[in-house]
Amino acid sequence: MGILNRLNDPTEGGGIVLATVEDILNWGRSKSDWYLQFGLACCAIEFMAVNAAHYDLMRYGIIFRSSPRQADFLFVTGTVTLKMAERVKRLYEQLAEPRYVIAVGSCAASGGPYWEHGYHVLKGLDQIIPVDVYIPGCPPRPEAFQEGMMKLQAMINQEAIFNKRKRIAEEDAKFQNSNFTDSPSDIQIKM
Amino acid sequence: MQAKEIYEVLKTEFGDSIISFNDTAAGDPFIEIQSDKILEIGLFLRDNESLLFDFLNSITAMDLVDKLAAVYHIYSVSLNHRIVIKLFVPKDNPKVPTVERCWRTADWHEREAWDLIGIEFVGHHNLIRILCPYDWEGHPLRKDYTAPEFYHGIKVN
Amino acid sequence: MGDRKIVDLEYSPFESDKFRVNIGPQHPSTHGVLRLEAELDGEIITEVIPHIGNLHRCMEKHCEFKTYPQIIPFVDRLDYCSAINNELPYVMGVEKLLGIELSDKVEYIRVILSEFNRIANHQIAVAAFGLDTGAFTPFLYLFRDREFIVKILEHCSGARLLYNYFWIGGLARDIYPTFKEDCLDAIKRIRVTNAEIMDLLINNKIFIVRTINTGILPGDVAISYGCTGPVLRGSGVPFDLRKAQPYSIYDRFDFKVCVGTGELGTIGDSWNRNIVRMNEMEESCKIIEQAIAQMPMEGDVREKVPKRVKPPKGEIYSCAENPKGELGFYIVSDGTDKPSRLKVRSTGFSNLSVLPDISKGYMIADLIVTLGSLDIVLGDVDR
Repeated sequence: MGILNRLNDPTEGGGIVLATVEDILNWGRSKSDWYLQFGLACCAIEFMAVNAAHYDLMRYGIIFRSSPRQADFLFVTGTVTLKMAERVKRLYEQLAEPRYVIAVGSCAASGGPYWEHGYHVLKGLDQIIPVDVYIPGCPPRPEAFQEGMMKLQAMINQEAIFNKRKRIAEEDAKFQNSNFTDSPSDIQIKM
Repeated sequence: MQAKEIYEVLKTEFGDSIISFNDTAAGDPFIEIQSDKILEIGLFLRDNESLLFDFLNSITAMDLVDKLAAVYHIYSVSLNHRIVIKLFVPKDNPKVPTVERCWRTADWHEREAWDLIGIEFVGHHNLIRILCPYDWEGHPLRKDYTAPEFYHGIKVN
Repeated sequence: MGDRKIVDLEYSPFESDKFRVNIGPQHPSTHGVLRLEAELDGEIITEVIPHIGNLHRCMEKHCEFKTYPQIIPFVDRLDYCSAINNELPYVMGVEKLLGIELSDKVEYIRVILSEFNRIANHQIAVAAFGLDTGAFTPFLYLFRDREFIVKILEHCSGARLLYNYFWIGGLARDIYPTFKEDCLDAIKRIRVTNAEIMDLLINNKIFIVRTINTGILPGDVAISYGCTGPVLRGSGVPFDLRKAQPYSIYDRFDFKVCVGTGELGTIGDSWNRNIVRMNEMEESCKIIEQAIAQMPMEGDVREKVPKRVKPPKGEIYSCAENPKGELGFYIVSDGTDKPSRLKVRSTGFSNLSVLPDISKGYMIADLIVTLGSLDIVLGDVDR
């Protein structure tokens, strides 16, 4: 981006920053990612370690929120079972747009070790919600978490903002038509 | 107490309800009993002064293709000995009396056995599914089980 | 100390209207994907129904299709906070069926790494319990120290969390040359931090008031519900499989079984369950020190690993003292290279079943504390 460099060097820019509005908005968004605190399985323990002192995810501007209404994106850390799938989908729907999803671990990517006879395991998170970044590993190393995070930040930096809402709605409609046999309103949450 | 001695005690108390003592195969020996006598035998094992089996490790349900089996691993914390009780039930009418009254561990373990294998525990106060969703169909750990293709519109396999 | 009593609902002078609150499965304090349905009368709990199975990964079904060595990674993923401890009873059971005797070196390495993983598990447990009661700093301290244990395990096995290190008949690979020094160094750090945690968290006034006299579990009820581990020992029952039925080489070490003594609060409350975990870390350090002094460095750790694992027909129940309690594997072999049934007697499944009983009559805020003190892991509960 280079915005910060120019600000720090008064001789070059004289305190004036020239950038597109999109760039500045994207820069702000990518450096303050708030995620929904939501652990599912083994990867959540690794994720706790990433948050703790040694790896310190907070220095990327990433902090946790307990409510989906305040969060920007969802870390799905671990195996999603069929019992849990509808809840994950509902959490995703509660996130405010623009929203992103990171699928952590091979279970969230494809069912992982449980793909073969897992009668109760969802074979890939992308069957129910769109996924932006996949982090492979079983569980991924903390460095992989960090790289996944940086991939997402790079993605946000490249994003177009205007007319986005319209485009997302189209993509979502396309996605739901292709992946569900029932329409979403037929799916009822059974408690 | 050794498993053989426990078998002798049970044999004198219950007679024909205790079918056999099996220690020929590798691993742990087990006592086979009639399926409808498990509650009486459980209460006797728990309350007898020389046995005091106060701790139920687990209840395992098994599918042996032609019949179903339930295995009770019981332990005594105070006297430090173990015993394995096994019983067989036919596949078309898998009914076993509950031992919930005897050990409270049995509550959840029997629900699990019902959920995964489909042994019905007669007299259980709340015999519903525990691991699978409440509207799941079939008993997944049976050998002839095939997973459903869709669950609530989500593809399973 | 505050003298909290169970409120008797029958003598309430007001008309009460009960309502139900849903907690979880997405909740920061339910330690994974547990859903609790609580029936409340004002702020007082009248009933709690745990709904489990949100992480049911069909592990037992998979085991019927995998060969014995292939099952070890699945065993790791049961109680993912203490993967090494999960592997131990499984490989011991298969070895007993096969009749394999192990060399001293393998046994010592197994004990050392098991005890290290026990410490790591208790660190997570205490850290998460601190988070439940609102203390964030102990989490950072304990996870900082957990990294040193994880580094040792990673150096041995190549993985950080799920190791696949204990193989049937031996170990996956040999330890590295500076193993002993690293272990002693880690113990030194653990002791320093534990002393800090005692001041910072365990003897903190706020923590004490929140945790004492909540979720009281009497010893006989704990046994009846099949509770084991710190949950049972916190109730004053000195039951530890390492002492009661010594497996591996645990009879060679001098350590004591920690129990809840009720020095603060009541025997069997949340604080006593937690102090058992803190004391057990110190006991584990002692075991590791003794094992390192006795351990031989020579020998091949893979000499007894069989080319093809094919146990004879039979069945075995193999159990060991996991950090969370008794973990048992009931292995039924039909003479082929795959088990015909493998049942996991998981710790959390029995420990969690006591929650409806011990949270009744307390405040809703105490429910989270009681649940945190049981230290469940949903991978273990749901399998």
